[in-house]
Amino acid sequence: MTLAENFETVRSSQSNEVLIHINSMHKWFAAFHVLKDIDLTVYKGERIVVCGPSGSGKSTMIRCINALEPFQRGTVTVDNIELTDDLKRIDEVRREVGMVFQQFNLFPHLTVLENCTLGPIWVRKMPKDEAEEIAMKYLTRVKIPEQASKYPGQLSGGQQQRVAIARALCMSPKVMLFDEPTSALDPEMIKEVLDVMVTLAEDGMTMIVVTHEMGFARKVADRVIFMDGGEIIEQNTPDQFFENPQSDRTKLFLSQILSH
Amino acid sequence: MANTSYEVGKHPDLPPPVATVGVVGWVRTNLFSSWINALLTVGAIALIVYVTTGIYGWAYLRADFAGESRFDCTSGGACWALIGARFSQFIYGFYPVELRWRVNLAFVLLFVALWPLLFTNAPFRRYTLWFSAAYPIIAYILIMGRFGLEPVETAKFGGMMLTMIIGVTGIAASLPLGILLALGRRSDMLLIRILSVGFIEFIRGVPLITLLFVASTLLNFFLPPGTFFDLLLRVLIMVTLFSAAYLAEVIRGGLQAIPRGQEEAASALGLSYWKSMYLIILPQALKISIPGIVNSFIALFKDTTLVSIIGLLDPIGIGRAALADSKWQGLGPEVYVFVAILFWICTFAMSRYSIYLERKLETGHAS
Repeated sequence: MTLAENFETVRSSQSNEVLIHINSMHKWFAAFHVLKDIDLTVYKGERIVVCGPSGSGKSTMIRCINALEPFQRGTVTVDNIELTDDLKRIDEVRREVGMVFQQFNLFPHLTVLENCTLGPIWVRKMPKDEAEEIAMKYLTRVKIPEQASKYPGQLSGGQQQRVAIARALCMSPKVMLFDEPTSALDPEMIKEVLDVMVTLAEDGMTMIVVTHEMGFARKVADRVIFMDGGEIIEQNTPDQFFENPQSDRTKLFLSQILSH
Repeated sequence: MANTSYEVGKHPDLPPPVATVGVVGWVRTNLFSSWINALLTVGAIALIVYVTTGIYGWAYLRADFAGESRFDCTSGGACWALIGARFSQFIYGFYPVELRWRVNLAFVLLFVALWPLLFTNAPFRRYTLWFSAAYPIIAYILIMGRFGLEPVETAKFGGMMLTMIIGVTGIAASLPLGILLALGRRSDMLLIRILSVGFIEFIRGVPLITLLFVASTLLNFFLPPGTFFDLLLRVLIMVTLFSAAYLAEVIRGGLQAIPRGQEEAASALGLSYWKSMYLIILPQALKISIPGIVNSFIALFKDTTLVSIIGLLDPIGIGRAALADSKWQGLGPEVYVFVAILFWICTFAMSRYSIYLERKLETGHAS
């Protein structure tokens, strides 16, 4: 089976509305060819987990989707807007794409509530009360409404990451990107963040998650993508991916991360 | 060694040993922790007593406070009579006596304008900020004399009034310029970056006094003959540019301390470059830079004394004019101590404000 055919069988149960389309994208860091011929189509409501060894380009790939990284060849289309050098268009795309970072990247000089209302107020031009109402709604959803008036520095890592998720959700994005959201967390805090992400997935949010949490992949992913050396090596349903990996590189990777 | 009187895992918090807390503990740890420390403490106290009694004797006990010339000063200490006789010049220079109320009014209004800027919890801040914005124009009208007020030439400005005009204008104008230069130096746009780097490196590489000489003499050669370009205005521009170059480097240091993720998170929300700078990056970068920024402001404020070299009558210039008077010859220490105190009051206030501001902006974040 070719990648494309494989992919058709994988997404049987999903909607037909294409949200993200990456077509033959290449990226170089100076002379280093970091992403090679990436093709990826994400449908509305799909939950995708991207895994692979470090340096495989998985973070770089999702960072290309909201233009945090420029790419040199190919096209990326998000919600029918093609990414170009046009800053206006880039901002249009970023408004629809929420992102959660490994290092949380909360704004330390603003309270939790202000972190959440900043985007709606300054980007969506929402009145302050309305923005605060929405912020409280999402803070409740990530189970920390009582921390709204604190500063990020006063919260634990797990709480900070949940605020970061709420902050992204306040923009009502069409798709959420997670760049190793639990990698910087202490083990006992990973679960609280994953729980929030599972709830989000169950509510039908379109998600692309770069993670090493294979339990999460098995539980919520519609599709698992394996990358190595800047290429998408394999993509499949979680069942097929874990039980019946196709390529040797995938097998090696799985044996390494599942060995203990 | 386990204390057997408590169960494992149930050990209560005990108070610290008495000798390490309270006044006794403080004195012991800070002043007499070892025999070297004790010796230094005693020596330092002796030195402080010696110096302060000396100064006190000169400046107060044996000082003369009234008199018409140095010959009235007979007690052998400081001759403050000179300061008394020239006090108004030290403050206003040669500003016409009957118009000095305008300077006083501008000075009082300066604090009204600064209030909402310096203290975010000031009442009616939303409205008083408008006054702050209008203050430069109001001060200009009052001090220069416009709109029916009798005009006063800038050549008559002098003393602390001149220092305040140069210092406050320089500070207010150089901060925004410094921020723009710091951002320009980090810009992705090559031309902007080159211009910023070139400007900063040129200005920083040249002593302020040469720039002031350029302002006072060389500029005339470039201007069309007959054009009048006020010397004070030229000085203001040079001081501002000079300070902006230093501020730009201080602020760049602050910008570099902000993790890249902050800008990425702001971009990911869809904030434009200017919005993310204004809302996210600069508030954090400027906060880190406060000690350096205030340092630059204090340096600028003190550097205003250099204008006495190109003939402006700041307090140093007034003081030297007083010393040139045969009535007061030889009273250098009194003049310079007095000028030093004037400057110290202003700079110490700035320094305390910066400490207050740093504390206020502390939100307990590490990065």
